[in-house]
Amino acid sequence: MYTLKTGSFPLLEANPNLIYLDNASTTQKPEPVLQAITQYYQTRNANVHRAVYRLAEASTHAYEGARDRIARFIGAASSKEIVFTRGTTEALNLIAHSLARTVLHPGDIIIVTQMDHHSNIVPFWLAAQELGLHLRFWPITPSGELDLEDLERIWSDRVRVVTLPHVSNVLGTVNPIPTIASFVHDRGALLVLDAAQSVGHGPFHVSELGCDMAAFSGHKMYGPMGIGILWARERILNSLVPYQGGGEMIASVSETYVTFNEPPYRFEAGTPNVEGAVGLAAAMDFLDTLDRERIWAEEQELARYGVEILSSVKDLTLYGKSSSRAALFTFNLKGIHSHDLAQFLDSRSIAVRSGHHCAQPLFQRLGVPSAVRASLGIYNRKEDLDRLADALEEARRYFHE
Amino acid sequence: MSELDILYQELILEHYKHPRNKEPISGTYITHENPSCGDSLKIKIDWDGSDRIKRVIFDGHGCAISMASASIMTELLSGRTHSEALEICNCALSYLRGDRKDCTDPVEVVDLGDLEALSGVRQFPLRVKCATLPWHGIEKELKGQRTVSSQ
Repeated sequence: MYTLKTGSFPLLEANPNLIYLDNASTTQKPEPVLQAITQYYQTRNANVHRAVYRLAEASTHAYEGARDRIARFIGAASSKEIVFTRGTTEALNLIAHSLARTVLHPGDIIIVTQMDHHSNIVPFWLAAQELGLHLRFWPITPSGELDLEDLERIWSDRVRVVTLPHVSNVLGTVNPIPTIASFVHDRGALLVLDAAQSVGHGPFHVSELGCDMAAFSGHKMYGPMGIGILWARERILNSLVPYQGGGEMIASVSETYVTFNEPPYRFEAGTPNVEGAVGLAAAMDFLDTLDRERIWAEEQELARYGVEILSSVKDLTLYGKSSSRAALFTFNLKGIHSHDLAQFLDSRSIAVRSGHHCAQPLFQRLGVPSAVRASLGIYNRKEDLDRLADALEEARRYFHE
Repeated sequence: MSELDILYQELILEHYKHPRNKEPISGTYITHENPSCGDSLKIKIDWDGSDRIKRVIFDGHGCAISMASASIMTELLSGRTHSEALEICNCALSYLRGDRKDCTDPVEVVDLGDLEALSGVRQFPLRVKCATLPWHGIEKELKGQRTVSSQ
């Protein structure tokens, strides 16, 4: 029985009939996050790091305080390892761009997986095109998992980086990161983690996971949009060239030379999203109050229940059969296009995503053009899955009879 | 009628379940894709040797809206001259986008009757591009900007 008391989510309270099952796209925002953002603007708004007056100091304190909070939340060794970005996508672009221009050389190989989101494939693809690197795809198994034997098979001593999702945004598979990290490190390569689908759903400690760099978004973990995090080991950040130029990322600029600031500021050009940083820190406070171990346990129960009830729906194909999975289900109903199915579910006040979910190589592997995805968050209950299953039965009748 | 029934009118579901002129396509054809959903449509125009379209056929995967729209399109354009077909295309596209209210054939007596059943998309802005997908594909071909594939 799901018993988490999640407090107030104003949008959900204003729409009591809405069954929101698109949490892998973005989550709804709890009252404390909204309050933190409003309060920041009402009491501490000024540009950060640039002025000596007390209000600017308060704003800088809010921003750097958020950085400390985030470092603690993910078990980083220090807040110097936390770079604010616009989101996972920008963080991955930064990683691809800066790694390619510093530690990688023409002919080096980057491994991405068949279950990656476009935002983890395309930045590395762009870097590879430009700098003569090669991209290799780690295939998934029929059950939608990553097998180290397959990685071994495609390995070569030119592999320098392996990048993969912690949790697949389509299959729901939770990848065994510590095991993969050992494998990758034993062979002298770096492990990059796309953690967009995992950080808001349970404990997340970079030191325990063993990855070298990680990226995630605030808005998928009950925080605001437009803020995300790149975490990387300090020695790696120190070795990287900047991604964007502008104010704050420099040490000094003259007509003949530019020297760069220390990390993390080297990677934060321009006025940052202070509101986003403050909101994200508030979301982390919120999740810790609820207890992340408990969130994980309850979502695991929903994951089990979801597989059970969806498997009982006639003509339904569920993609991803891993037993190590999140409460995220991607499926098709035979003979009904995902857009039509999602439209039907909307008429029953069930919000789901349809399409290829920015993972076209995976959909090519699955052999279908698109699918519907229901992804759960902390406010979802078993009853929501019951209503989903009932509506799916209804949809089958609507389109087929 | 519920909003959903306005979108999925009987006639639309009928075209979807029993599409006209839908068959496997070989030779040279037009492909048109909707990048947001990954749907891909193949369209082939059979000309009568001069300026008149003998028949339009299509194939591919898509939602009920795009498939029904393609099916209706093949019926409306078969037998038309190049310029008539272009004019019908323009009319259909502006009708589906909601830029024009009526759906009268600009060319002659036959009206664009079945297309009217697709007017429900106007209430679902995200689905307009499903309905216009086949029309954009054939418009490009008629204007000579085609993406040609052959197998």
